[in-house]
Amino acid sequence: MPETIAEDSVGIVTPDVHHFDEPLLLDCGKTLNEYDLIVETYGTLNADKSNAILICHALSGDHHAAGYHSMDDKKPGWWESAIGPGKPIDTNKFFVVSSNNLGGCKGSTGPTSKIPGTDDFYGPDFPIVTVKDWVRSQQRLMTRLGIPKWSSVIGGSLGGMQVLQWSIDFPELLDHAIVIAAAAKLTAQNIAFNEVARQAIMSDPEFHEGHYLANNTKPKGGVMLARMLGHITYLSDDSMREKFGRELREGKLNFGFDVDFQVESYLRYQGKSFVDRFDANTYLLMTKALDYFDPANDFDEDLVKALKQASAKFLVISFTSDWRFAPERSRELSQALVAANKDVSYVEITAHQGHDAFLIPIPEYMAAFSAYMNRVASGISGRKSS
Amino acid sequence: MSLRADLALISEWIKPESRILDLGCGDGTLLKHLRDNKNVSGYGIEIEQADIVKCIDSDINVIHSDLDEGINDFFDADSFDYVVMTQALQAIRHPEQLLDEVLRVSSDAIITFPNMGYWTNRFQIAIGGHMPVTKSLPNYWYNTPNIHLCTLHDFEDLCDELGIRIIKRRVVDSLHKHGSWLTRLFPNLFGEIAIYHITKK
Repeated sequence: MPETIAEDSVGIVTPDVHHFDEPLLLDCGKTLNEYDLIVETYGTLNADKSNAILICHALSGDHHAAGYHSMDDKKPGWWESAIGPGKPIDTNKFFVVSSNNLGGCKGSTGPTSKIPGTDDFYGPDFPIVTVKDWVRSQQRLMTRLGIPKWSSVIGGSLGGMQVLQWSIDFPELLDHAIVIAAAAKLTAQNIAFNEVARQAIMSDPEFHEGHYLANNTKPKGGVMLARMLGHITYLSDDSMREKFGRELREGKLNFGFDVDFQVESYLRYQGKSFVDRFDANTYLLMTKALDYFDPANDFDEDLVKALKQASAKFLVISFTSDWRFAPERSRELSQALVAANKDVSYVEITAHQGHDAFLIPIPEYMAAFSAYMNRVASGISGRKSS
Repeated sequence: MSLRADLALISEWIKPESRILDLGCGDGTLLKHLRDNKNVSGYGIEIEQADIVKCIDSDINVIHSDLDEGINDFFDADSFDYVVMTQALQAIRHPEQLLDEVLRVSSDAIITFPNMGYWTNRFQIAIGGHMPVTKSLPNYWYNTPNIHLCTLHDFEDLCDELGIRIIKRRVVDSLHKHGSWLTRLFPNLFGEIAIYHITKK
């Protein structure tokens, strides 16, 4: 827990829940008649409402992107490294909006919510949501908050996919699109990892075909395995070697099948603590949203054609050791943006931290990110004076 | 701040409103000048992180890439009005391949490089007996990025071989002042930096 809160933190924050009554037709054909979105905001919306930024979260992220909910919190929000006074997403300049996606488990309507008018959990009956559905719901949130246009929409990984979708579906509603450690679609290898994670969850005897909450239980083992697998893919060989090497937990081999090496202990800890804070059905939904994402689908499988819809300026960032969302994917995206004649800058950061690098304040990354955000900010002040 | 004379010359050659690709764009000085003065749009390619940040700072589109990996992956054929490459050709692993790719993505290219035939370079090798170290070639042989130095004659021979037509050629001296009568008469001897406007034959 923080004894004192750092000066470059947004400090103590409190989320708001926004209820929406207007039915939302989803890509899967089903309709959510009503739903909640839980939202945090940081900074102040300026007089002409031109300084708003939308943050889109990744698979296990949520609306709590920065600051602390109380002085008892062990950790700040997931993107504390980039959001705060004087940081790249500078809350002295910007009004930052961060919501939990539909299907999430942190306060927005999802599998752990009760079906309206009943006492039953949605559980596995919560409809499959897509990146496009999320963007539609975020656009409604934008209207609710009275924001006419985002100065930028920013996200990493699955969050970056939402940014891309925003730029294609609502080109007139954002000035800048910042896509970090993402891809225009998943590769077969990436889908394969998601499938193993899903199988781990669904084959847990406590899964009960998704109705585990109704059975007062949780597929703990499955979620733990899914997270352990995911975690390996978010790190790099080098970063694991550096962090753990072959260090033994008890200084000796135990000649058994329990934990010998530190890396095993670490993975088990990560897996177990994830079980407590995440819902299995949400995990399944999020991985499906990742797998399904392919904005070129609506444009004759032509990504360039899809991106021609966009009018935002783009910043694309990747990390050299990220093999889950490899730099090649970001290069392909940047190539398509160039072919679509869009303004784009592409930066490949040398980093050994793997996919997780996008959450880490690597100096070169922060320098490029800050430089870009300064341009975004100067665009705002330009508009303000006009 | 006044523009380096070779960049000023390039700026004169480029038509307003053009779409430009600057290979090895550094901190984006040329692209910024062209954008502000000639309403030019386009992209720079750069590999140095600090320069990339400076480009972003100047609101220049910059793509982080290694020119040794070529540019074919990134850019469609005939997608630019000009490709500009200022003093980068000599640091490329396969200059002949890159030149080929350059004239694939654009019909016109402007290339500048330090002229190895410049009299000081010749003097340092012939009389001093060592690799030249000058203002335009500031590194020693062991730490120089300039692995493919050539003279005007060498470059023009290569153009001939690759089916490249030279539209214009200028040379400037170390202060990048526009040439004297000496540089006009003996460019390969008195021109320190060579500037070529080339196209496909």
